[in-house]
Order: sequence, then C-alpha cells, then structure tokens
Amino acid sequence: MNLPRLRVERRLSTSRLTSTLALVVSLLLALLAIGLVFSSLGVDPIYAYRRILRGGFGSLYGLGESLAKSIPLLLTGAGLALAFRARVYNIGAEGQLLLGAIVGGGIALNFGHWPRGVLLPVMFLGGFLGGALWAAVPALLKARFRVDEVLTSLMLVYVAGDLVRYLVYGPWRGPEERGFPYSSRFALAAQLPHVEGTRIHYPTLLLAVGLAVLLYLLLERTKLGYEIRVTGENPAAARYAGMNTDRIIILVLLLSGGLAGMAGVGEVAGIHARLSPPEGISPGYGFTAIIVAWLARLNPLAAILTAFLIGGLLVGGDAIQVALNLPAASIYIFNGMILLFVIAGDVFTRYRLRLELRS
Amino acid sequence: MASASAPPAVLMRGITKRFPGVVANDRIDLEVREGEIHALLGENGAGKTTLMNILYGIYHPDEGEIQVRGRTVVIRSPQDAIRLGIGMIHQQFRLVPTHTVTENVVLGMKQGVLFREREARRQIEALARHYHLEVDPDARIWQLSAGEQQRVEILKALYRQAQILILDEPTSMLTPGEIEDLLKILHRMKEEGHTLIFITHKLDEVTAISDRVTVLRQGRVVTTLETAKTNERELAQWMVGREVLFRLTKPKNTAGEIVLRVENLHVDNDKQLPALKGISFAVRQGEILGIAGVAGNGQRELVEALIGLRPVVQGSITLNGRSLTNMSSRERIEAGIACVPGERMTALVPGMSIAENMILKAYRQPVFGKGGLLDRRAVNAHADRLIAEYAVITPGRETPVKLLSGGNIQRALLARELSSQPSLLIVASPTSGLDVGATETIWRILLEQRQQGRAILLISEDLEEVMTLSDRVAVLYEGEIMGIVRGEEHNLERIGLMMAGALRLPREEWV
Repeated sequence: MNLPRLRVERRLSTSRLTSTLALVVSLLLALLAIGLVFSSLGVDPIYAYRRILRGGFGSLYGLGESLAKSIPLLLTGAGLALAFRARVYNIGAEGQLLLGAIVGGGIALNFGHWPRGVLLPVMFLGGFLGGALWAAVPALLKARFRVDEVLTSLMLVYVAGDLVRYLVYGPWRGPEERGFPYSSRFALAAQLPHVEGTRIHYPTLLLAVGLAVLLYLLLERTKLGYEIRVTGENPAAARYAGMNTDRIIILVLLLSGGLAGMAGVGEVAGIHARLSPPEGISPGYGFTAIIVAWLARLNPLAAILTAFLIGGLLVGGDAIQVALNLPAASIYIFNGMILLFVIAGDVFTRYRLRLELRS
Repeated sequence: MASASAPPAVLMRGITKRFPGVVANDRIDLEVREGEIHALLGENGAGKTTLMNILYGIYHPDEGEIQVRGRTVVIRSPQDAIRLGIGMIHQQFRLVPTHTVTENVVLGMKQGVLFREREARRQIEALARHYHLEVDPDARIWQLSAGEQQRVEILKALYRQAQILILDEPTSMLTPGEIEDLLKILHRMKEEGHTLIFITHKLDEVTAISDRVTVLRQGRVVTTLETAKTNERELAQWMVGREVLFRLTKPKNTAGEIVLRVENLHVDNDKQLPALKGISFAVRQGEILGIAGVAGNGQRELVEALIGLRPVVQGSITLNGRSLTNMSSRERIEAGIACVPGERMTALVPGMSIAENMILKAYRQPVFGKGGLLDRRAVNAHADRLIAEYAVITPGRETPVKLLSGGNIQRALLARELSSQPSLLIVASPTSGLDVGATETIWRILLEQRQQGRAILLISEDLEEVMTLSDRVAVLYEGEIMGIVRGEEHNLERIGLMMAGALRLPREEWV
C-alpha cells in the first residue's frame, strides 16, 4: 500500500489562471490522443500536425481559407455561446443554418433583379428569420411543455437537411443544371463580394465580428444579459426575482437560431452562389460551432479567436487529407477529440486533484 | 453500556485539515464511546462538519489518525466508512427528488442485476417499524417534508447496517414537533446499541439528548464534558468564549395601518391537493406577525402564493388596499413585497458576485442603467453601500456569494430585500442553520425594522424565534389557522396545543 493516491476535491473558487491552464492542458492532451489515432493510421503525428498548421495558417492562401471558414463558425458560435450561457442547449444550429440558406437562397432566386444594396440585406434578414423560425419550434416546446431542447433542436437538423434536398432535387432545381441537384446560380446582385483573390466574403465577416462584440456587450452590460446569466446560473432565483424565464429561453433560442441562419446566407451567397444538397452548403459548421463556443468559454468575444482557430484546423484537415491520403473523416475525429478534452478539462476548474503519498 | 475497558467506537487523534487560507481542524482529539450519544457542539465554522466529513471519508486529513473500535483505519471514501459501519446524515439531504423512498434507500447498494423492489420495500418497512420511522416507502422524495426526508436518510444508513451514525445538525430543518420525534428516534437507536454523533450548535439539544459533549471553537477542541455534569450557560461560554445574551426584549411598539390582508386563501400543493384551506390574516405597519406551525402544514405554499410563484385557487391577497391576487411576481415586487425565503439559495445566484446578487430584484430600476443598459458603477456603489450598512463580512463585492458564511449570506439577503424599502417583508426561517451570534444579529435587524414601522410576516418553525420576535402569533395546522394570539409567554401552552391540532380558537377570540 505504498502507492501514491490521487484525490479529487472540490475547489472553492476558480482562478483565471487555473481556467486557462486547464484549457491549455486539455488541448495538449487532445493533441496527444489524436496523435495516437494518426499513428494507428500509419502517419507520423508530428508530421501531420505540421501539415495541419501549415495548411491552415502557413500561407496567405491558407490564412484566407481559414478566415473564410471562420465566418460561419463565428456567427453560429457566438449565438450558441449566448444560448449556452442561459443553459439552453441548442444543438440544432446546423438545421437553423440550412433554413437560413433556404430562405436567403429563395430570396436570391426570386428577386435577383433587385439592386444589390437592397437584396443582400433582405437576404440576411430573411436568413435570420428562417433560422429563428426553425429554433422557435424547440423554443416553444421547451417553454410551454418543458420538452428537452437538445432532442428537438437536433432532430430538426435532419428535417432541415431533407427540406433542402427536396428543394434542390425538386421545385428549385435549376433547369440548366442538367439533372444535377443544384439550384440556378444566383444573380450577381445576390452574391457577396470577396477580398481580392480569396473566398473571404468580408461583409459577412464584418457582420460576424460586429455581432460577436454586440452579444458580448449584451451579456455583460445590459439588463437583458443579466437576466440571461441569472437564468442560466439559477433559474429558481430568476423566477423569484420576477424574471420571465420562458421569455428568456425563447429569446436566446431565437437569437442563436437567427445567427446560424445568417451564417447559412453567408455560405450560399458568399461561397457557393447557389443552393445545393445540405452537405454542399455546410460541412457541419453548425455542430463545429459548438466547439467554438465551448473553447471560448461561452464568451462571444473570445469566439472570434476560437472560430479562427477551428477554421484553420478545418483547412489544415483538408490539406492533410490530400497530402497524406487520409480519410475525410479524420479531421472530424480531430475536432471531436478537442471538444471532448476541453469539456472534460472543465472538471478541473471545479475540482482539484491532489497527489497523496502515504506510507 | 460497554465496559470502560472496551475500545471506543471512534477515536480520532491529532486530526488536522487545512483548506486554502484556513485551518478547519487543528490537531483535534475526539473519543466517542460505544453506545453513547456524543454531541459535537460549536458555532458555524468551528470545524464540526469538516471533522465528521473526515470520519465519513469525504475529506482526508492532512495529519492524524483514526481508530474505529480499536483498529487503526484509513477511510478513503464514504464506501470505506459504510464498510466500517459508519453512516452520515448530511445537513443537506442527498436524495433523488423524483425517485421513491424505496429507490432512494437502496440506491448505490450492491445487488443483483434486477432491482428486487418488493423485497427491498419489505425490509424498509420492517426497519421503519422497528425504529418508529414512519414514512411511505412508495412516496416520491419531492412530496415529503424535511422531517420525512430526514427519516429516509436515517433509513438509508440503517439499511446499510450503520452502527455509528453521524447526524449533521439534524434539527436545523425540523419543526419543534419533528425535533421531538427525532430525539425519540435517536433514543430508540441508542437502545438498539447504535453509537450516535450529533453535530449541533443548539444548547438545549445537547442537554436533552447527549451523554457527553465535545465543544469545538475555531477548529480546536476546547473541552469534552459529561452532559449530566454541565449546563447550558456553561456550554455557551465554552462555545463562544464569552457570555451570551439569550433573550432579546422587544420594545413596545404600536401597530399602524393594515399593510397585508389575506382573505379566505386557498392554495394547492405540488400534488394538486389543498395546502391552504381558506386562511385569513392581516399584518400591520410596525408589527411582526409570526406564523408558527410544524413544517409541511402549508408554510411553503403560503410564501409562494404571497410572492406570486404559486397560483391562488380562491381568495384574495391585498397590499395597501391593492389586490395582488392576479399579479405576476414582478408586479408584486414592484408593489412592495420583499421576501427572504426559507431556502436561501433560491433567492441568490451562488456563482455570481455579491454586487450582482444585490441587484437581483432592483436591476430594472433606472438607477442601475437607462434604456436596458446595466450601469456597472451604480451596481458596485449599491453593493458597497449595502455591505457597509449591514456589515457583511466579505473580501469584496466581487466575491461570489457561495463563498460567504451562512450568517453573512442571510445578512446580505436581508440587506438586499430591505434596500427597496418594501411595504411588507416576508421572512421564512431566517435563522435556520445560523449560530448564536448570527441569529442575534438577524433578530436585531428584524426588530429594528419593526421599530421603523415595517410590516413583517415571520414564518418560522423555531418556536423560540416566533415567541421572541412576534407581536401576534398565528398557528398554521394542516392548511388552516387554528387561532391568532399575542406573542406573549403565557400563550405558549395554547400555541403548542394549536400546533398539535388539539386546540382551535373561536374566531372572535383571535387578536
């Protein structure tokens, strides 16, 4: 019985240092675990990491791509951070994003003759409403009947996917697409401008950064943000203080859904210029944004950074797929591992481990 | 009684436990003899609970040794403790609210793949009968009163064959009647040969039940005494290290206008059964109306109905002549109702700072920011003012309230509720779990408010508290008011009879 023992004890409080340290250590451990996966695939993990970093951040092209991918991640992730702060677990941002793409795309296809300065804002507005509408279903079910929003929002992702599929295979299929499941190309007025030589649709980028800052200010500097935080930390106290918690639950769900919807508009109007099957519109940005929000510790401002980081990892992942001939899913293993470790690492901000030597 | 030569049931030697910034236990020696009831007396923060958490394997001592029945042991976890025949009833019950009594009792026990519910249920019923622990094995925990939940906790320990039972402030959530029942149960357990360790800061309980008492102060043992050879006054001195005042006198005060009027109020409980069956009373300015009664007779439902968290089935609530009956909680707050509920943590956000907690109800006011904005400077100034005015002991306004002691939390809560200058203050069990010093402070604040003309509705199961503070006492029994009498010593017997349901005063005799 001379083995040292590990003890788990609850922390009285968490310092910023502990919190940051837990995050860094979690990320390192995640990299270590992913390294094992790479090794098992016969790839030198160090080499793979270098390729990922180089792919995502090592060149102007890579940086541009990373930034382009960080746009939907930021819009969606900042909204999710807000919802998660109220302990409303909207897992269905992917579906809300697709609804935004449908509504924005529908407007683009039907009103292509409108001037750009009117058309694009209307598309974003429509996308917001579409995403919010999709989130309204779990919102009302939760507020009215206490149905768990995790399930309902997630299930609606598949409904949204099939809705997109129905449209691009059916009524919205472009006549000139020769049977392929695509809509017609959007009119020029419905396409977002890019930073020269990249796919960065900068109006959406500016919108995303602006909204992230606004959401941060909303949480920290407004009465509504205070209500959201109180509702998340102790709903009983919120009701006791006369707050309408149902209204807050509905509001954060609609907002997070709306932001995801705008991300969908950004993708179809900024990258693809048409509607395509759901996998073509978003490679799971709505889910990856959950990682963005958690990595940012549910702080919308920090999400600006984490969205860029995860965007870079996605680009780097694409790069190693090609360069090392790895299966496409490996970057999702990568992301999934990171989320797993970050959430697990959270435990250490609340508990401490003590090594005890005994004789 | 075991012979003097038998090893003690529990022997703790030189136990030291440090937490960041404090030494919770400082070289503590404790000897608990086989078959005795041993009281562990001390104020909040004296280290009683820490010591017992060490014995139960929740914490691990930095130094020191533990012997159980003469054998040196290392207790790494509650499972180890249970294997040694030690059980613990925590102050906050560890029960699953949506599960039944039976399910809670067997939860975590090693058993086969299948849950043999009928078998377990039979055993639990037998145990309950044997120890007079009446509780419905099929009831769900959330439907039970605090007293009943405690019985479930005791059953849990007995079901795990605990011989040594630690009770952490077991009476803090109980009513006088329930306390009496509990003491009977404890006596019964002692007769059956159990060893009991009883954590408390209430002197009358020590003298009522214990064989010996160990007094702790600031993490150290100050003395161990035979209960029969000491008295409350001496114990109080050991405990606080100074003489304490026991009785506050309430100064004369004339009550003014009627502030709150409740007429024929009917309210249902969570099970949709009537909890309040047509009660009527009024509270005037400058008066404390005490609602006495054994817990579970409608007190919680009354508070919730008054602050708007529970619908009124029938009847009316009026504040300063305005009907509140159909108002939302927010409208009632704005109409001038303040409330310190019995479960303090439902009125606070534990993880948020004191500053943010101090505006929990007032944040909507324009002083704290215009147009939906939150003015941090105003919030901070408000917190600083209340911390100073009510002498809340804290490192600063940014400290999360969960780090404050019970007495300071209650002080901060009262400070916040009074800062809105409410017409009516509702306080439920305001001193439960608090030590002598903190209790005295809270009582003084309430009496001062009364002097200043505040109308106060005091709902408490602590009869001493009700008698000390109230001008008039209404007794709640099974959802009805049995009578309202003056809060004077000579009415004590009548109040006791009404609490037991044995006396109902005719309406015209109510004061």
